[in-house]
Amino acid sequence: MKRRAILLVVGVFGLLLTLPLWASPYTVSLATLFLFFAYAGQAWNIMMGFAGLLSLGHALYLGVGAYTVAALYDHFSIGPWLGLWVALALCGLLAAAIAALAFRYRVAGVYFALLTIACAEFARIGFDHFTWVGGSGGLFLKVVEPGRMDLLNLRGPPAMFYYLILFLAGAALLLTALLLRSRAGYYWQAIRESEEAAAALGVNSFRWKMLAVMISAAMTALAGMFSAFYYSNLFPEQLFHISRSIEIILGPIIGGVGTLFGPIIGAALLTVLADGATEFVAAVGWDVPGVKQLVYGIVLFAIVGFLPEGIWPALARKLKLFQ
Amino acid sequence: MPFDFPTLLNVLISGLMTGLVYGLMALGLSVIFGVARVVNFAHGEMMALAMYAAALLFSRFRVNPLLAVLPLGAAFFCFGYGLQRLVLRPFVIRPQHSQFLLLLALAVVITSTLLIVFGPDARAVNLDGLLEPVVIGELLLDQAKLYAAVVACAVAAALFAFFRLTYTGTAIRACADNWLGAQIVGLDVDRLYAIAFGIGASCVGVAGCMMILLVDVTPGSGPAYTLLAFVIVIVGGLGSMSGALVGGVLIGISEAFGGLFIAPSAKSMISFALMVIVLIFRPRGLIADKS
Repeated sequence: MKRRAILLVVGVFGLLLTLPLWASPYTVSLATLFLFFAYAGQAWNIMMGFAGLLSLGHALYLGVGAYTVAALYDHFSIGPWLGLWVALALCGLLAAAIAALAFRYRVAGVYFALLTIACAEFARIGFDHFTWVGGSGGLFLKVVEPGRMDLLNLRGPPAMFYYLILFLAGAALLLTALLLRSRAGYYWQAIRESEEAAAALGVNSFRWKMLAVMISAAMTALAGMFSAFYYSNLFPEQLFHISRSIEIILGPIIGGVGTLFGPIIGAALLTVLADGATEFVAAVGWDVPGVKQLVYGIVLFAIVGFLPEGIWPALARKLKLFQ
Repeated sequence: MPFDFPTLLNVLISGLMTGLVYGLMALGLSVIFGVARVVNFAHGEMMALAMYAAALLFSRFRVNPLLAVLPLGAAFFCFGYGLQRLVLRPFVIRPQHSQFLLLLALAVVITSTLLIVFGPDARAVNLDGLLEPVVIGELLLDQAKLYAAVVACAVAAALFAFFRLTYTGTAIRACADNWLGAQIVGLDVDRLYAIAFGIGASCVGVAGCMMILLVDVTPGSGPAYTLLAFVIVIVGGLGSMSGALVGGVLIGISEAFGGLFIAPSAKSMISFALMVIVLIFRPRGLIADKS
């Protein structure tokens, strides 16, 4: 990486670090949303971008993670940072079970993607009928008086959540950067390019693919915990819905699958795009439901059509960030 | 007790008839994937579009949806043909996630256009003449479902004949089997792909006309149909035409019984479970694509 690239990263990070000090609450909430999808997108990118496993059902881990931590907190007053470990283990095991079945029976490509959708949809309908956690009526976490900050129980003002997700997104970037340069990262990329060739060279593709799936799922469970405590309400129709899975993967695909910064750039662009579409629609006066999504859809169409590799590779070339 | 023999038989037949309409919709997906190798993630949105078109033709011009099959089938053929020719062609050789995103963008455009044009309320078509059930002994057949199933069967039979008996149909099967070989012997692969996409879309157009007789439609109906179509073709065998019909019937029946024995809201859980089981034990589907 060149010096200007490092400067750019440090500059952006500094800007984000001071954001709640000078920006409006609305901007902070937008930035929180952006960082949330940047984090979740990086988690998904480990599976698809690094190991080449297309998951279209990451909402499953988001939902199971969110519900596990929230239910432990609500029913047994177990703090989120303790409940988190249960959620991480549960999602890791769940992902391992699904992936092991898929790899064992050679479910790959489109079929693998559809298996992940099916599991997420199955969970969505299951949680709709799971009355211990509120069923389709939703689960609500106790709201504390405004102004009090309790990081241990994750109850506090929006700025606290902003810094938490900023930390998580930054940590995820560091983790993925390290993973990509580790033995696992090289094996994943070898498997992604040609599983047969990797296996022929002695790479145990089953084991390494399982590792990618489990890390990705556990990271997404953490995003679930964040989402549960940030919004303080959980509905199966929202957490497990396929549109959640799609939102998670839009960022990395638009930004550039398999790149380190792609998921972050993509999430930023989509957040700006969604907000820009809202403002544009309001400014022009077409306040009909659906216009915003239409603008969003058309821009998405254009991006996929003209930049098939994603924005980051093109941007990095343009700015000459790499040799 | 609701679980006596005539009830069960009625539920079975009802599921079978709905399943045939599902099957026709899934047949479209299967043709599109089997030939053009494009995973059509906007399939359900196209279905919702067809249902709205049929509802609009009915409310404006009093066109019976059973007759709207012809104009809508033709219009959807053109839509699919144009889409493949003008938009999707370069994406055939791109990675799957790129195709996925493009069709997802198309799905967003269709859904939001429907929302803008028709608003968020549900639309339905109720034909007065179809409310009386057909009674055969202890069987009560819903007339709308019966006609829908008959039309679905007829269209499917016509497609089978087309793919078996005509030159173009055989040529399309040839490019599905061997893309490179088809090019070598001089087939216009791009055109055949576009025709296949058109045929797949026109299945959706026809299935949409039938479906609007059975259930109502909202702009957000799309994703559920996309998933349903995928579940069906996975169960039946992606790329296999008879598999799509068999899968449709199987899912239709399992939904009907799921609604009876568990809860109507949980009925699609059974289809997803069925899909997972089939994916694991028969990954190519119950009726495997021979190629």
